[in-house]
Amino acid sequence: MGTISLKNARKAFGDVVIIPGASLDIKNGEFVVFVGPSGCGKSTLLRMIAGLEDLTSGAILIDGKDMTEEAPSKRGLSMVFQSYALYPHMSVRGNISFGLKMAGMPKNEIEAKVAKAAATLNLTEYLDRKPRQLSGGQRQRVAIGRAIVRNPEGFLFDEPLSNLDAALRVNMRLEIMQMHKDLGATMVYVTHDQVEAMTMADRIVVLNRGNIEQVGSPLELYNRPDSLFVAGFIGSPKMNLISGKPAEKYDAQTIGIRPEHLGISLKDGTWPAKISLAEHLGADTYLHVDAGPCGMMTVRAAGEYDAAPDAKIFLTPEPDRIHRFDGDGKAIRK
Amino acid sequence: MARNVSFRRKLVVTALAWAIGLLIFFPILWTIITSFKSEGDAIALPPKFLFFDWTLENYGVVQERSDYLRFAMNSVMLALGSTFFALVIAIPSAWAMAFAPGKRTKDLLMWMLSTKMMPPVGALIPVYLIFRDFGLLDTRGGIIAVLMLLNLPIIIWMLYTYFKEIPGEILEASRMDGASLGKELLYVLTPMAIPGIASTLLLNIILAWNEAFWTLALTTKDAAPLTQFIASYSSPEGLFWAKLSAASTMAIAPILVLGWFAQKQLVRGLTFGAVK
Ligand SMILES: Nc1ncnc2c1ncn2[C@@H]1O[C@H](COP(=O)(O)OP(=O)(O)OP(=O)(O)O)[C@@H](O)[C@H]1O
Ligand SMILES: [Mg+2]
Repeated sequence: MGTISLKNARKAFGDVVIIPGASLDIKNGEFVVFVGPSGCGKSTLLRMIAGLEDLTSGAILIDGKDMTEEAPSKRGLSMVFQSYALYPHMSVRGNISFGLKMAGMPKNEIEAKVAKAAATLNLTEYLDRKPRQLSGGQRQRVAIGRAIVRNPEGFLFDEPLSNLDAALRVNMRLEIMQMHKDLGATMVYVTHDQVEAMTMADRIVVLNRGNIEQVGSPLELYNRPDSLFVAGFIGSPKMNLISGKPAEKYDAQTIGIRPEHLGISLKDGTWPAKISLAEHLGADTYLHVDAGPCGMMTVRAAGEYDAAPDAKIFLTPEPDRIHRFDGDGKAIRK
Repeated sequence: MARNVSFRRKLVVTALAWAIGLLIFFPILWTIITSFKSEGDAIALPPKFLFFDWTLENYGVVQERSDYLRFAMNSVMLALGSTFFALVIAIPSAWAMAFAPGKRTKDLLMWMLSTKMMPPVGALIPVYLIFRDFGLLDTRGGIIAVLMLLNLPIIIWMLYTYFKEIPGEILEASRMDGASLGKELLYVLTPMAIPGIASTLLLNIILAWNEAFWTLALTTKDAAPLTQFIASYSSPEGLFWAKLSAASTMAIAPILVLGWFAQKQLVRGLTFGAVK
């Protein structure tokens, strides 16, 4: 079925190495999310899986078969592009059915499949429109419709929701998750968005300059980051990273503590701090504080925290929530 | 937003535009007018502009003396044939340059264009000898090949600039959808580039229709297009201005009409990418 394996897959454009060598096993039906900073090679890696980008060396196995040299269409994968990449000169119907036509499916069968996909995606009344006559969300649905009609073993998504507004993004996110549940197909999903990564993924793959930094379930990455990079990347607001004197007390080069794992007190605590800014989100309040030798820190206070500017407070980290890192940025485990 | 342009300024600009337009069009206009004059009026000094005895006799003589339709047929065949084969070669070439460029693609494009800077007469003798030895002189096939090669650089350039505007992801989507290279070109790229291809096609038809250097040098009778038809009135029997004008008018009329109807498409095509 839809397993995908990367065996030391490497990609270089000329002399520039983008992916030095990635190895990864994706299980059948798994939802895997690639995250990482802009330009780290997420799209490139996804396109290598799709077959749109040749490998410099290494191999890609799909269903256990070596597909490294195989054409994109032979890999049994569908892709949803960030720009949607709909065929502008074809109607919605034409867009969704193009792949089936290319596969030489009989007309009546195509019609039935298109009708079914359109019904699932609420596109039935738009079937005869051209892409330019659709809203962004509808175009996104067409792109997804085009991907699902072919009934692929796996789906590849490259930041599919990044062009949508916030409300629509939440909706589409839920729809894609529902689709994953219904179809049970393997999905590889690239995103910038923390929330998308945390909520959708069975496993998250964190990329840094083309290297796979860590692979794990969202909570594994949140609770046990292997490196400073992952610690700083996963979680929002970002983990506070403290080095120097305060870190030495914990036998580490750098320690990290998440904003939500700091206790606040007006009387006493581990680190004295001065509030410089408060962001009121309603359910939470983010305090940006100046904690002296610890530097600037972010603290998450539950509810509406009444913070006077320049007020003095004390912060106390939850002891078992402190992450320790050595000089190379690797996590020190007890 | 419309800018506020004073009436006087508008007037001046309009007058200027008309003046330049007329200046460019004047030779053609004069040719058309002359074609309706008698030979005597045609060489009269001072020239007669509108007040002379309008006559159709030149057209009658021209039609009687030489078979216009045969020349016109050749022109059509050469223009359409060379354009068709040029597109068949240029679409895949431009596709490769726009969507799968190599390190030297830019150089290749420059080199192709540079061939247009060479004076054609420099290649006349070799081409003539090749044609003679392969028995291609005065054959439609041979001329079609020359005209095609002649315009290929411009066609590839034009298509290349159009194709550059098309997002590569759409072509990649079709590849994911299982389209072979041929189907990708046929069902996705070509329909998306129709406006660009149409203007390229029109421009090439016009260029091929008007091409005189090679058609005059390499044809005599069987493959002779309208350029030969015109030329046949200029030399041996002395100059007959009115008849020459009538022949010229008959030769350019079809392409003038085509150009007139297609001008919107042509302008759009030639400024594509420049104005958005
Ligand atoms: N065709 C190419 N030729 C040369 N370099 C390329 C090419 N395509 C991508 N790159 C480079 O590869 C790196 C990774 O690009 P990629 O698009 O995979 O990043 P990304 O992680 O998807 O970024 P983003 O989050 O901004 O989409 C970038 O530095 C980019 O400049
Ligand atoms: Mg990307």
